[in-house]
Amino acid sequence: MENVVCTFCGSVCDDGVFENGDIRRLCALGKSKFSKKERIKAPMIDGKEVSYEEAIEKAAEILVEAKRPLLYGWASTVNEAIRLGVLIAEKVGGIYDQCASVCHAPGTLALIEEGVPGGTLGSVKNRADVVIFWGANPVEAHPRHPTRYSVMAKGLLIKDRKDRKVVVIDVRETKTAKLADIFVQIKPGYDYAIISALRAIVKGEKIEADEVGGVPVEKLYELAELMMNAKYGVIFYGLGVTQSRGRDRNVENAIKLVQQLNRKTRWIIWPMRGHYNVVGAGEVPAWEAGYQYAIDFSRGYPRFSPAEFTAVEALVRRDCDAALIVASDPAAHFPRKAVEHLKKIPVIQIDPHPNLTTLLSNVVIPSAIAGLEAEGSVYRMDGIVLRVKKLVETEYWSDVQILEKMYEVVVKRVG
Amino acid sequence: MLWIKNGIVIDPKNGIEGEKMDIFVKEGKIVEESEVNKEECKVIDASNKLVVAGGVEMHSHIAGSKINTGRSMRPEEMRVVRNVAGKFRAVVGRVLLTAPGIGYEYAKMGYTTAVEAASPPIGSPHTHEELDAIPILDKAALPVFGNWHFVFKFVSEKDQEKLQAFIAWAIERTKGYGVKIVNPGGVEKWMYGSNVRTLDDEVPIYGVTPREIITEVVKANEALNLPHCVHIHCNNLGVPGNYETTIETMKLVSGMKNENRPVLHVTHVQFNAYAGSSWRDVSSGAEEIAKYVNKTDNITIDMGQPIFGHATAMTGDAPFQFTLHRLTGARWSNKDTEIEGGAGIVPLVYLPKNPVHALQWAIGLELGLLIDSDKVVISTDWPNGGPFTEYPYIMAMLMSKRMREKELERVSPYVQKASSLPAIDTEKTLYEVIKMSRSLPAKILGMENKGHLGVGADADIAIYDINPNEVDPSVEYELINKAFRKPAYTIKGGEIVVKDGELVAETWGRTFWVDATKKVSMEAIESDLDEYFQNYYSVERINFGVDERWVKKPARLEVK
Repeated sequence: MENVVCTFCGSVCDDGVFENGDIRRLCALGKSKFSKKERIKAPMIDGKEVSYEEAIEKAAEILVEAKRPLLYGWASTVNEAIRLGVLIAEKVGGIYDQCASVCHAPGTLALIEEGVPGGTLGSVKNRADVVIFWGANPVEAHPRHPTRYSVMAKGLLIKDRKDRKVVVIDVRETKTAKLADIFVQIKPGYDYAIISALRAIVKGEKIEADEVGGVPVEKLYELAELMMNAKYGVIFYGLGVTQSRGRDRNVENAIKLVQQLNRKTRWIIWPMRGHYNVVGAGEVPAWEAGYQYAIDFSRGYPRFSPAEFTAVEALVRRDCDAALIVASDPAAHFPRKAVEHLKKIPVIQIDPHPNLTTLLSNVVIPSAIAGLEAEGSVYRMDGIVLRVKKLVETEYWSDVQILEKMYEVVVKRVG
Repeated sequence: MLWIKNGIVIDPKNGIEGEKMDIFVKEGKIVEESEVNKEECKVIDASNKLVVAGGVEMHSHIAGSKINTGRSMRPEEMRVVRNVAGKFRAVVGRVLLTAPGIGYEYAKMGYTTAVEAASPPIGSPHTHEELDAIPILDKAALPVFGNWHFVFKFVSEKDQEKLQAFIAWAIERTKGYGVKIVNPGGVEKWMYGSNVRTLDDEVPIYGVTPREIITEVVKANEALNLPHCVHIHCNNLGVPGNYETTIETMKLVSGMKNENRPVLHVTHVQFNAYAGSSWRDVSSGAEEIAKYVNKTDNITIDMGQPIFGHATAMTGDAPFQFTLHRLTGARWSNKDTEIEGGAGIVPLVYLPKNPVHALQWAIGLELGLLIDSDKVVISTDWPNGGPFTEYPYIMAMLMSKRMREKELERVSPYVQKASSLPAIDTEKTLYEVIKMSRSLPAKILGMENKGHLGVGADADIAIYDINPNEVDPSVEYELINKAFRKPAYTIKGGEIVVKDGELVAETWGRTFWVDATKKVSMEAIESDLDEYFQNYYSVERINFGVDERWVKKPARLEVK
């Protein structure tokens, strides 16, 4: 089958070729998604194999009996499953949170402060003559991004790599930096200061210092000049910006820079999102409940508070008494204190593959792999929806099937 | 089966003006008395109550990336709790609402159909996902065409055959309902940092002008005989002096005719009805527009009425949204979309004492009052002009000069010199506002079974606690305003969903889409589609669009 949609990173490339169990044209990361890996064999309750129905019944019981269960993950499943997750969270008065709360959520906070002047990846491919990667390393994290959309991509106004200037701003010389025309190495934690300096220069003010964040002022003037002379520029920012000192304020500052640049020419800014549907994990709850993450339903209506209702904070404060983890592995990625609480409460996990979270879960429900064994809609990093396909038959239930059944049981129990 | 007994019916499409009648419902449709077994009917006593068709919203932003970005950008909008989870979904939202809230609030006002007025084509799967999350209402979406490069290409080549084939292809692929145009050419120029200012400005690369785009797309729409006419958001939106562009745009279709509906619907005209040369000397251009619309027989408009208080501007008119961001200093989201168009979102508050806001408010009403009731539809362009939940206020205002006089006391006196609202004596009748919110939008949309209560119509019915034969809306405007907010019943597809203003059942409506592919030869555009998808799109051609099976309850309308 041609035009297969990849379910690995936020680029969601849709030109894979799947034949005889083998995937072609995708990058190594994408191919790994389609290769054979260890699977969870069967649904389990406390390590004992059971039927799907029994496992789901038990999971629903745990969720309904908990005072405030945490429903976390969602970045690596389809929108239809995420929607059911939000509905279950609402029914049981729990917390809905998703992977962005430990990666790109500062960008959402910046969006709340300033909005986001953005565009689709196709706009970049067709028009962008200046592309800046800031604290982002697509060559290793989104391997086909440079060729399909940003660095080498050809389009309407960009006929050749020579038509485009590529700038990488990072604390170290990444593989992406090697593709760049200009590499600006900055001191860790100085993103905010450097963005401020660029804003000042674009505004026509003078910088009274020799260097900012390890970058000589002349180089910043050159960079600002390049930005102002661009016909259509884009800043792609990564976790280097959202998870270093300044976090959401870095992004907010960068958005203000882009607002300023639009007074002179055209610029957009966009986050380089990680998992293939981490955008959907925010979009779906936004239309169902009004917010993208950190949503608490314990009062019967959604409340948003990132300092309280994000998974790590809720776990560290021991503010949840059960957890449903879907398509995610918090035990491997969360701080020790959060994982310690996770070990103490009943945990249900839905995932195709065993991982560290499986080891501490009371109920484990294996699922079909979306994009290989199950279909559904997902959001590419720029908000474009693509439909991932079912390529092979499987005995495993899909996330949607599992959650549909779980929702049904929850509704029956809650009344 | 339902038997709605002794109601006072107003049904403009069928010329019924306050007659005492019984209405019978079977299998979601309105039927003859003989079709039902009265003993099996659920009887609704509608004595002394107004019985009308369910409201038809023809221009609102109910689904897709714009509204959802608005929600994400404005958590402060979500802090009003409208419903706590229980039998029905939890709903939050002040002016912006969650998807379940949209369905509930429209139904709680007696509206049963709503159309998303601007869907970016490549974003159509998102639009449909959100439409599917809206309960109760029947829905549809209008994909935007006015800045799509295929349209530029076929217009510049003067190839009507290809343009028609393309429109049919695009509507089928996006499961859309009709053709929307937003600031034709202007959004493409925004990609180069500017906008078009006249109908004769050229679009980069293609050299086409807004004038050519509009004319050719209307011709194609008519040749395809799509149920809905071209639905246009004019150039120069929000610019003082723009009423002239609006009238010039309307003149482009003079001489064109369609027996069943207008050939052009100009939307949220309030934002395109300004005279003057700057915000310092801005005044109303509504009278000029009204004069023009009233003398033609092929154009309709909707009001785009601002409501004082909070709103969120969100349109496919990306350059206008940037201007608004600069003007207000508010947050700004932008979305350039491949080779199709763009969009922007900016929070907004309409203040009665602000001269410009008060003028905008007055212009909306002027349009509603001065234009014939069979040419103007009630709208706030939600959430651009404010909440749709204020339609009862608009209806009451249109019917009562006294209410307007009272309201005029609290707004900026600038309105007195810059608009004619204070001098307008017109008071629309109940019959007219029912037309403006039911039969007319249904007619413009080409939805034959909507907006009326004749046999064969969908059993979408609203019953209000008003006796049209006794009430004097001119005096009892408060009663009107109150009663339209709280229907005694809203019936959707034959099921009672609202009783005494409260939700009693959650149903799922259909999503209408139009299939005109049999009217054209797709082969004509095959190579163009391949060329553009290979070179300029960021998705593969086969992965573009929406399959019918992904839509919850699709209703396909084939154009013959």
